[in-house]
Amino acid sequence: MDMAKEQNHIISAIVEHKPGVLYGVANLFRRRGFNIESISVGPTEQSDLARMTITVKGDEKTIEQVVKQLNKLIDVIKVSRLDPANIVTRELALIKVRALDSKARSDVINYADIFRARVVDVSSESLMVEITGDSDKIDAFLDLMKPFGVKEVARTGITALSRGAKSVRIEE
Amino acid sequence: MVKMTGAQALVEALKRQNVEVIFGISGGSILPIHDVLHDSDIRHILVRHEQCAAHAADGYARASGRPGVCMATSGPGATNLVTGIANAYLDSSPVVAFTGQVNTFSANSSYMIGRDAFQEADIVGITIPVTKYNYQVKKASEIPKTVKLAFHIATTGRPGPALIDLPKNVQTENSEMEFPNTVEVRGYKPKTEPHPLQVKKAVKLLFEAERPMVLAGGGVIISNASPELLALAELLMMPVATTLMGKGCFPENHPLSLGDVGMHGTQAANKLMLEADVLLAVGTRFSDRTTGNLDEFCPNAKIIHIDIDAAEIGKNVEVDVPIVADAKETLGLIHRLLMYQLKERESSPWFNRVKELKEQLQNNMDPGNCDLKPPLLIQELRKILPENAIVTTEVGQNQMWAALHFKTSKPRTFISSGGLGTMGFGFPAALGAKVACPGSSVVDIAGDGSFIMTEQELACSVMEKIPVTVMVLNNSMLGMVAQWQRLFYNRRYSAVELGKAPDFVKLAEAYGAQGFRVGSLKEFSEAMKKALKSEVTTVIDVPISPEENVFPMVPAGKGLKDIIDRAG
Repeated sequence: MDMAKEQNHIISAIVEHKPGVLYGVANLFRRRGFNIESISVGPTEQSDLARMTITVKGDEKTIEQVVKQLNKLIDVIKVSRLDPANIVTRELALIKVRALDSKARSDVINYADIFRARVVDVSSESLMVEITGDSDKIDAFLDLMKPFGVKEVARTGITALSRGAKSVRIEE
Repeated sequence: MVKMTGAQALVEALKRQNVEVIFGISGGSILPIHDVLHDSDIRHILVRHEQCAAHAADGYARASGRPGVCMATSGPGATNLVTGIANAYLDSSPVVAFTGQVNTFSANSSYMIGRDAFQEADIVGITIPVTKYNYQVKKASEIPKTVKLAFHIATTGRPGPALIDLPKNVQTENSEMEFPNTVEVRGYKPKTEPHPLQVKKAVKLLFEAERPMVLAGGGVIISNASPELLALAELLMMPVATTLMGKGCFPENHPLSLGDVGMHGTQAANKLMLEADVLLAVGTRFSDRTTGNLDEFCPNAKIIHIDIDAAEIGKNVEVDVPIVADAKETLGLIHRLLMYQLKERESSPWFNRVKELKEQLQNNMDPGNCDLKPPLLIQELRKILPENAIVTTEVGQNQMWAALHFKTSKPRTFISSGGLGTMGFGFPAALGAKVACPGSSVVDIAGDGSFIMTEQELACSVMEKIPVTVMVLNNSMLGMVAQWQRLFYNRRYSAVELGKAPDFVKLAEAYGAQGFRVGSLKEFSEAMKKALKSEVTTVIDVPISPEENVFPMVPAGKGLKDIIDRAG
């Protein structure tokens, strides 16, 4: 496969909100050899539906297969590829940073302010920062935190919606 | 609304689907359903291994075009079904499987499922990748709708197996039942109508083509599109090659028939694929056994691909005109549109080329000095069998000899495990086909290695009075593997020699079936004629040389042009 053409694509799928659906989707990716970069799942404005936002790395042909194979699953109701030029993506990360002295503490807090992140927990040896944004912003913030010593990171993976009035939803 | 148990609701729902036969084995977790079946008109055929219940249901479905039903208990019963379900999945066969499951609740603990109860297996989890749809029923009242849904999904669009898992307490639970007449699934809306713009493009390509050719797959049979295919092929004087799954969709005695294409296809089909300028591929997924090396596949052709499964288009082969639709509808439409533009063709340089190649490459089979040659035996079988007879095959050399030399003229008369390549499929599938079509003779073309994998169903065929004929091409070897070792592994025969066990005549007799061993083509012919008249199943042991190879052959990984017709 031509690695140069491989890039991240974001797929939004509306699925039945019931047990086993995530298993079916995950299993499809495993079996067909598609690579999930991240996946986030949560309920939608309709209580019996969930939205999966899946980031997949691959070339054009692979992504086309991903969409077609997802469409074949009975519990998957609608699949859309989100256009990267016309999309809002967000990720949330919790980052635990080592901060042993007051200088480190205030530096971390200053960086967090600049990134509009929030300090959500403090202990004698560390700070926990909550940051929301697109993945690049979180990566940049993590780079800044590295010199302090990053103890733990939890990232949610990307969730996304397309801009404007157009929507991926199911008519009731 | 009527009040009944889950088991009663299941049997009622099956009746409403016009199910006449279930292949299965009982067991602890499915007792309540078998208890209801005891009083029902539905025939339960007791197989001797659950794998064969699924294969028999599959054979029933392929021979009749109606869904086949199989049933097993929880745990090992359910897991034994898996090979048969996977086989049906890869060959797009509408099999509906029911499995018992341990109780969801039990008296002394709140939950039983998930606690590794006796004979518990997560069959829903296990079969996700090999079913089109599966579901574990949690409340008896869900049964009528779930059954309706499973049959709907299994039989529409691209058909495939469905599985319903039934916890024992759900089978005994009393509930108000409502049997729906229709089901609606928002995540499943198969589309059968072709896109008019794509059809227009296809018509233009075919109209302008000088050397058009058809590659017809199993989808043509599933969609009952043989008449439309024949009409279109004749209108355009367009030769037709079939995949293994497509065998039977086009009469093989027709001047435009090229037989099978691919690894063990005919020379004419494989060579003409390279010369075609437009390839009309219908109901095929371009399996590697059909295409050979993809880089060398149909180098000179624009490709039109008709398939009801959108995910098959562009999966293996890049195509010029994709049409996601039903084969019958689309071929009919293309034919009607072309009829207005074209005069019936009598001949063309392309047709002359087809004729020339077919004749030239037909008779280069080496007859040798023994008349128990598999090609001769299979041609003899064709002469003996009436047109509506059904042939099933096992997997390996027997299957490829059958594909090459058993000329079919009707759809649903050639049944073979194409995708999964399941040794042991042919015999239980033959039983299923015979149950579906009791008026047709059914013959399993078998090898000794394959037949022994499911021979215990001789007991089922005798006790349930389902007479079929098994012709064992017996080379005392796993013949196809031995052929590869002979050709590509320097004749190092590793783990392929089966020896002379068992004695197939005695084996047949042990089950109360009839057994013959033949030593010449004439004896074979006589034995087969006796078998076809017999009221019990017959096994004909046909000793053949262990050195036999299937040719022609495209070595694995090579292009269709690299077809070889002899060793060395």
